[in-house]
Amino acid sequence: MRASLLLLADSRLPAGGHAHSGGLEPAVAAGAVRDVPALADFLRGRLATSGLVAAALAAAACAHAARGGGAWAALDAETDARTPSPAQRAASRAQGRSLLRVARTAWASPALDALAGTPGGPHHPAVLGAAAAAMGAAPREAAEITAYMAVTGPASAGIRLLGLDPLAVNRALAVLAADVDAVAAEAAGFADGPWAELPAASAPLLDLYAERHLRTDLRLFES
Amino acid sequence: MGANHDHDPYAATRPHGRALRLGIGGPVGSGKTALTAALCRALRDELDLAVVTNDIYTTEDADFLRREAVLSDDRITAVRTGACPHTAIRDDISANLDACEALQERHPGLDLIIVESGGDNLTALFSQGLADRQIFVLDVAGGDDVPRKGGLGVAAADLLVINKTDLAPLVGSDLAMMGRDAGKVRGGKPVVFSSLRERPGADEVAAWIRGVLHDLAHEHGEHEHEHGRERERAAAS
Amino acid sequence: MTRGYTARAAVTAAPGAGGAPRLTRLRSDGPLALRQTPDAVYLVGAAAGPLGGDDLELDLVVEPGARLAVRSAATSLALPGDGESRMTVRASVGAGAHLDFAPEPTVAARGCRHRAAAEIDLAADATLRWFEELVLGRHREEPGRHTSRFDVTVAGVPLLRHELRLTDRLACTSRAVLGDAGAAGSVLLAGPGVAAEPHAADGLAVLPLAGPGVLVTAVAADSAALRRLLAEGERRCRQAAGPAPTRQAAVAPA
Repeated sequence: MRASLLLLADSRLPAGGHAHSGGLEPAVAAGAVRDVPALADFLRGRLATSGLVAAALAAAACAHAARGGGAWAALDAETDARTPSPAQRAASRAQGRSLLRVARTAWASPALDALAGTPGGPHHPAVLGAAAAAMGAAPREAAEITAYMAVTGPASAGIRLLGLDPLAVNRALAVLAADVDAVAAEAAGFADGPWAELPAASAPLLDLYAERHLRTDLRLFES
Repeated sequence: MGANHDHDPYAATRPHGRALRLGIGGPVGSGKTALTAALCRALRDELDLAVVTNDIYTTEDADFLRREAVLSDDRITAVRTGACPHTAIRDDISANLDACEALQERHPGLDLIIVESGGDNLTALFSQGLADRQIFVLDVAGGDDVPRKGGLGVAAADLLVINKTDLAPLVGSDLAMMGRDAGKVRGGKPVVFSSLRERPGADEVAAWIRGVLHDLAHEHGEHEHEHGRERERAAAS
Repeated sequence: MTRGYTARAAVTAAPGAGGAPRLTRLRSDGPLALRQTPDAVYLVGAAAGPLGGDDLELDLVVEPGARLAVRSAATSLALPGDGESRMTVRASVGAGAHLDFAPEPTVAARGCRHRAAAEIDLAADATLRWFEELVLGRHREEPGRHTSRFDVTVAGVPLLRHELRLTDRLACTSRAVLGDAGAAGSVLLAGPGVAAEPHAADGLAVLPLAGPGVLVTAVAADSAALRRLLAEGERRCRQAAGPAPTRQAAVAPA
């Protein structure tokens, strides 16, 4: 199971992540991120907001799949309600679809099969949680992978967009590692509670960037 | 929805039940988009076809195809590659698969989907999970030593197109040498010379595609026939 | 140490003559003092605050077919005190009813520990306008810890769950979250027929939700700039039925 989890967290997992910057590309375009300290600041904010929310949703999905639950439409609605930006909802579903394809070719799971019926494709955290459950992982581990990806994806985009020193970016991620763990722990604490109470921390600037990105002519990343 | 419920990840790359996916790769500026446009014009009356572009920075290639009106807009999809055009056609093909599946869903009768890469270096190669066949496009102005140097694209593509032959005298490229060198690294796989200025129909490439589809249909027919005979035997016993 | 207030105020609005609601319940309690005026029910604020230790609740019921507007007479200033302060608004909006909730801004003063929550349940064809502004500290002051959580369901289905957490200073001043903004706010327009094109400009985003509603969010240097952005965002929203959104009341009642 440990190695399966590593596969799920690996940036080389062919699940479309490389084409999503998590809002970093529009932040770079707006001049808000130009160097490694600014990137680290961006990542810290993203982790505490959309990272926490996604990690909690993934943990809840993992717990739900492990229980054999089938209320995926309700979790989908909870995800929509926490994602006011239509651009971010679309990006989450696009990544969810891609991850679902990879997960279903690798791991058999009724929960993953059920998610395939989600109109427009399932949200990314739901698939992450269900995939983690498919390999017997705990909600905490689903949250850890999700929180980790919330910062590593945009960090990699920063290296590509700005030509940042990858060693310096990696150091910034290492500094953030304790925060990633803390966010995952907080997120996992909601896994078995009512979904209505899952965190809903918002990031007004990320919402703004996500929408602005879709209306930009020159862009390398889907989101 | 997006998942391949019945998809066997180890299946041979055969287009049974879906369009043939043809990758067109090659360095930036070698004429991939112009070739794609020419192929669309040449084949659109005989084949049900669509295009996925992998633009590097903009939707310019898709926009070019739309502007040229080679196909209706709903048959052209642009994929963004996050500054990694190779990744999108080789290591992580999900965005391209999504695009192909969406086109297939919209046009269930598709015969051919052309997936145009975003401009590669010579090591780029389409994943077998994405493209059933692939064409690599070089142009004579890129240096007549390129085929000799080889590279995964030049060596492994199902068809190598040496493009813009009309420029050869102007840039001093030796076409015969390019052909010979390519033949050596390609182990007998076909090489065609093309000049869209002189032959805007991309006749050589279009003919090759027709051949591929014909062979596949033939194989598929035999397969079906075989299947039918098995059933007959089963019914008789 | 002074003990904080525990206050439970409530309003129930039934359909009245000429568009104005008939208030079948108007209960003020402690610092939550309510007054009815011809255009709205006003929170007039009988004490400064909320102060740490205060636990305030306002219950709003808009009965089917009724229209209720809620305003406040003054900015509320979240101040430190004995522990955490809470302000919870619960609203239930019945079939065909409309609630327009638009109080003056909340200021999160230095050292405050305030938790604001709003829980709104809309009937399927109810409509809502919910306006919120938060000013991050008084003049040149770092704000205290402030969290606000906003939960809206339509016939029990979640429409919006939205929190703004000013708890970790580094996270909330991140250039992904609020940056160097001095004020942040939002307007939610919800109900059948509410629509807008997604839009983003400096400091302003207009976000059509997955369900029936549009969230306008804005960040700005100060409260005046914030209000301009929110008004612009609101102008970009269409409402299929009913009158245009009520304007923010300009003057406090006598």
